[in-house]
Amino acid sequence: MSEVLVLVDQADGKVKKVTLELLTLAGKIGEPAAVVIGADVDTAPLAEYGAAKIYVAQGDDLTDYVVAPKVDVLAQLVADASPAAVLIASSAEGKEIAGRLALRLESGVITDAVDIAADGTATQSIFGGATIVQSKVSQGTPIITVRPNSSPAEANAAAGEVVAVTAAVSDASKTAKITNRVVEAKGERPELTEAAIVVSGGRGVGGEEGFAVIEALADSLGAAVGASRAATDAGWYPHTHQVGQTGKTVAPQLYIASGISGAIQHRAGMQTSKTIVVVNKDEEAPIFELADFGVVGDLFQVVPALTEAINDRKG
Amino acid sequence: MKIAVCVKQVPDTWAEKKLSDSDKTLDRASVDGVMNELDEYAVEEALLLTEAHGGEVVAVSMGPDKAEETVRKALQMGADSGVHVLDDSLHGSDAIGTAKTLAAVLADGGYDLIIFGSESTDARMSVVPAMVAEIMGAPQLTFANKVSVDGDTVQIQRITDYGYDEVEASLPAVVSVVEKINEPRYPSFKGIMAAKKKPLDAVGAPDASVGGLPAAWSEVVEFAARPPKAAGVKIEDEGNGAGKIAEYLIEQKFI
Ligand SMILES: Cc1cc2nc3c(=O)[nH]c(=O)nc-3n(C[C@H](O)[C@H](O)[C@H](O)COP(=O)(O)OP(=O)(O)OC[C@H]3O[C@@H](n4cnc5c(N)ncnc54)[C@H](O)[C@@H]3O)c2cc1C
Ligand SMILES: Nc1ncnc2c1ncn2[C@@H]1O[C@H](COP(=O)(O)O)[C@@H](O)[C@H]1O
Repeated sequence: MSEVLVLVDQADGKVKKVTLELLTLAGKIGEPAAVVIGADVDTAPLAEYGAAKIYVAQGDDLTDYVVAPKVDVLAQLVADASPAAVLIASSAEGKEIAGRLALRLESGVITDAVDIAADGTATQSIFGGATIVQSKVSQGTPIITVRPNSSPAEANAAAGEVVAVTAAVSDASKTAKITNRVVEAKGERPELTEAAIVVSGGRGVGGEEGFAVIEALADSLGAAVGASRAATDAGWYPHTHQVGQTGKTVAPQLYIASGISGAIQHRAGMQTSKTIVVVNKDEEAPIFELADFGVVGDLFQVVPALTEAINDRKG
Repeated sequence: MKIAVCVKQVPDTWAEKKLSDSDKTLDRASVDGVMNELDEYAVEEALLLTEAHGGEVVAVSMGPDKAEETVRKALQMGADSGVHVLDDSLHGSDAIGTAKTLAAVLADGGYDLIIFGSESTDARMSVVPAMVAEIMGAPQLTFANKVSVDGDTVQIQRITDYGYDEVEASLPAVVSVVEKINEPRYPSFKGIMAAKKKPLDAVGAPDASVGGLPAAWSEVVEFAARPPKAAGVKIEDEGNGAGKIAEYLIEQKFI
């Protein structure tokens, strides 16, 4: 059975949930093999979720330059292992890696898949979820990026044999040098793209202090906090939490939007959420078009009362 | 400094987008086209850089006849000249075909910087800038919310999942910008008049075999409209709004 390479996405040495989802998908197509590049990660979850092999490439060269060194490693592995496909998380950087790898390998690339069939056909949800497309790579090794949270991660213990890879990073890949890395405080809440529930606030929240009510609701549900661009631009919440066209795309089980009008750019990042709950004092706000359950009202009344109701129920 | 800025014409932001039944590509004929919003920020940044350092801005777009409007808009904002890559053979190009075509057109231009928007609102792939960097062997400085040039060196702040990276490279380089970088100007009346006289060249595909539907390396097998969602419930808060949401969340087993 052919290998299917899965590029490991991690934060602080912990494998992200999306990687486990990719390993599960990879298992449908062939034998999952995880690829760790330039990071020191706990590999146990990789084996637990189906990785027969875990390729590990280390070295400063791999992380000191933008994207290209990772492409060097993957291209080398594809040449050596002739995998049936390469799966990468659909983050901004993941898509860039996929795009460059496709050119290197003269292979087709599909981005933002929400599912992959055993024959490599990818399902994409485009135009804000209005159209469902089945696509196939018609040349080379299929390179597919998959949206976090779109398919389940299923444990399936495998050997997880660690294979060290000596990576040759070409000079051409060392032109855009990362001179400083700034990590913005992220706290204890779940990661936005991975969370089962996202609670978001917009301009209606009124200021930085207003986000306390959004955070309290999020905490009552064990949710991640999101924000509209109006809120991040105003500096009320870090831009890493922006949901939308130019922020993150989320597709949680439940999305609760308060004080957000529902501009098309915001919708672009959240409209495939399974269930959408809206609180907005303007009954004409376009976000109500997406709502499974909408309340026309003042978020400063409704949201704290909801938090209290949830906390009471939990006892 | 000579800067190329790549601008794409996309269906109007609010227009309902469809795939055409005949060849499963985006139906561009039935909707109004506008400059991809994020590319306005790219044009603005190119103009700010040449205002500070001197030089010229060339707007480059690949697309059908109508795409000329988008090149013209860049000229109205202040770009000095335009290049419209127009060729029937390019219809249905995927990201790879687009990137190869743009890279070939850009290669002979002697540009110090090539600036892109970070994403097109129709394709939403965010890959063309990185692909052009790959093909041209130029440094990739993408997702910039700050760009500064000092002599032969360009520095950006690259937005990341966790915050940002500071990245440095030598010119020539490929840059893509995010919407936090600046506030794009509107074309002034003077700008609109001046644009009528600015050079705008139509050029053919540099190599007919790289772009277009037959050359695409991925294909749409089939597509369907998603079944419409059942209409939701909307209530007025009369002091019981929170309670009603809580009931709904219990019913849906979220709590
Ligand atoms: C290139 C580009 C990219 C963009 N990318 C993004 C993106 O990624 N994400 C994004 O979100 N936006 C993005 N935008 C911006 C987008 O167009 C909107 O401007 C933005 O989403 C508006 O944010 P908002 O809904 O919070 O604010 P507004 O549109 O001002 O809406 C505020 C809402 O809060 C309601 N409200 C006010 N007070 C209360 C209260 N006390 N209780 C209840 N409701 C209240 C109001 O009725 C109103 O509906 C982008 C724009 C451009 C041009
Ligand atoms: N046909 C095109 N003509 C000119 N520029 C383009 C074209 N397609 C994409 N681009 C540029 O590439 C960026 C990213 O596009 P995409 O990868 O399609 O999301 C856009 O913001 C444009 O700057």
